[in-house]
Amino acid sequence: MKRIIVIAGHYGSGKTELAVSLAMELAKEKDKPYPRLAVIDLDVANPYFRSRERMDLLEANGVKLYADVYHSTGATAELPALTAAIRAPLEDEGCQAIVDLGGNDAGARVLRQFGKYFEGDDHELWTVVNFRRYETLTVPAAREHVEAIQNELQIKVTGLVNNTHLLRETTPEILREGYEKARELSADMEIPLLFTCYPAGIVAPEALEGIVPLRPLGLYMRPAYLDK
Amino acid sequence: MTTDKVLMKGNEAFAEAAIRGGARLYFGYPITPQSEVPEYMSRELPKHGGCFVQAESELGAINMAYGAGAAGGTVFISSSSPGIALMQEGMSFLCSAEVPLLAMNVSRGGPGIGGIQPGQADYYQVTRGGGNGDYRIPVFAPSSIQEAVDLLYEGTELAQYWRNPIMILADGMIGQMMEPVRLPDFKPVPKPNEIAGLRDWACTGYADRGGDQNRRVVKSLRMQPEKLEEHVEKLFAKYALAEKELCRYETENLQGAEVVFVAFGTTARICREACELLAEQGVKAGLIRPISLWPFPNKAFDEIDFASTKAVISTELSMGQMLTDVQIALNGRLPVALCHRTGGMVPTSPEVAARAKAVLEGLK
Repeated sequence: MKRIIVIAGHYGSGKTELAVSLAMELAKEKDKPYPRLAVIDLDVANPYFRSRERMDLLEANGVKLYADVYHSTGATAELPALTAAIRAPLEDEGCQAIVDLGGNDAGARVLRQFGKYFEGDDHELWTVVNFRRYETLTVPAAREHVEAIQNELQIKVTGLVNNTHLLRETTPEILREGYEKARELSADMEIPLLFTCYPAGIVAPEALEGIVPLRPLGLYMRPAYLDK
Repeated sequence: MTTDKVLMKGNEAFAEAAIRGGARLYFGYPITPQSEVPEYMSRELPKHGGCFVQAESELGAINMAYGAGAAGGTVFISSSSPGIALMQEGMSFLCSAEVPLLAMNVSRGGPGIGGIQPGQADYYQVTRGGGNGDYRIPVFAPSSIQEAVDLLYEGTELAQYWRNPIMILADGMIGQMMEPVRLPDFKPVPKPNEIAGLRDWACTGYADRGGDQNRRVVKSLRMQPEKLEEHVEKLFAKYALAEKELCRYETENLQGAEVVFVAFGTTARICREACELLAEQGVKAGLIRPISLWPFPNKAFDEIDFASTKAVISTELSMGQMLTDVQIALNGRLPVALCHRTGGMVPTSPEVAARAKAVLEGLK
């Protein structure tokens, strides 16, 4: 994995869950490739469910969170501006940085101002797809979204992440169906499919034979009462 | 009906449900946490032959809705708390002129410009109305995206049937969260030349009326007090009927409950979790979930097990606005307490459970 991991994708494709999950996982690793670890929350499109809401959890686990945060609870003012501090983890060669973008090409746009950090070969751009999202139910529809993000950012998408799910209603069949479409999209766009996420505790990995590689995804962002 | 469930964000699903329900005209102005609704409408409505207009303000939007509705259009508008406040004058005019409208409030914390996190402090605003004069607006408060989709889909017809605005109140959490939904089929939409016949009061012009030369007038001005009183009495006869027909609620575990929560929207889901926590601690708790806020489901309170229940707790993201209606519904039969957070804060289920235990303790 390269030093800077940018996570883009359609609105609600699961970017933030993946970003927080990945950061928590990397934080627990014994032999870290970089001494410091950061999550950069660049979601200026969405008012709720942003990684900054988990600032306390991340920081308690040694992950520094960079976002427009004005006090510790993660509340923000909705200003069309970003704090300059966001550049620090991008410039710090000793810091692994996970960049959590806003949804769609519109949400991704904000990364353009940081273009100079993406001129070299120190980054990866992942795009998350969920084939059960209403606007990306098909391979051509998902392709359109991936292309729009790539065109907006002027950075090549280096990997696809299949995060097809229906929250607690996810079944192995839904995951399998999503996996087939993700493979088709990957072949079609000549972008590697990095891994397939499955909702931990909802679907057992044993039921997903043949889907490789797999990565469990916890629900860090979703309060339990939303499933009552 | 689409066979497969899809994952949607509340606001996207609301917009899609309104389109599938037949709404073809949308007027609005962006405001968090509902901006995805106008965004979706601006992109999707033209594909269905509809029209999206970004108004200069919420005042502009409601008056465009008034005009388009008077002309027989199927209109949907949405906004969030302070934006809905700006629309109150228009709501009063629409009610007086009996113009149908499907409206949605994805509510946030207040008062004033407040904040962008979820709130339910628009309870008085939507159930009592902030406009002038005697009028009523039926209000439905979904607690899931699927329920919101179903209410919006039905809402286009309810608005036409009652010739009145219909309000759907979803707090910001329902607008911003994701949930699997099953989308209903697209309703057939009348052609423009069919509207004059279907909506026999609408100001469509004479062209499509087969020689009918009677003037159609949509207005709220009535200068003679006798005429205005007569008109208001007629409106209230209609509201009395609506009060009977539109009352909706759900109850859970009322039998044998020691304490009963009353909660709508997101708060109802938290109460459900709190009921489970209380059960683990040996306290039986039930839930009354109003779906219609006006008419308030008074009859739901008759289902309370008065032999076991010691207290009723209005649980709200506001400072006791629904509490008043709970007290009216109970009419002194049981003590009523309040459990609340406000300003965009959402209580946790352990907080709600602890409050219930404290209320029960206080009665001893």
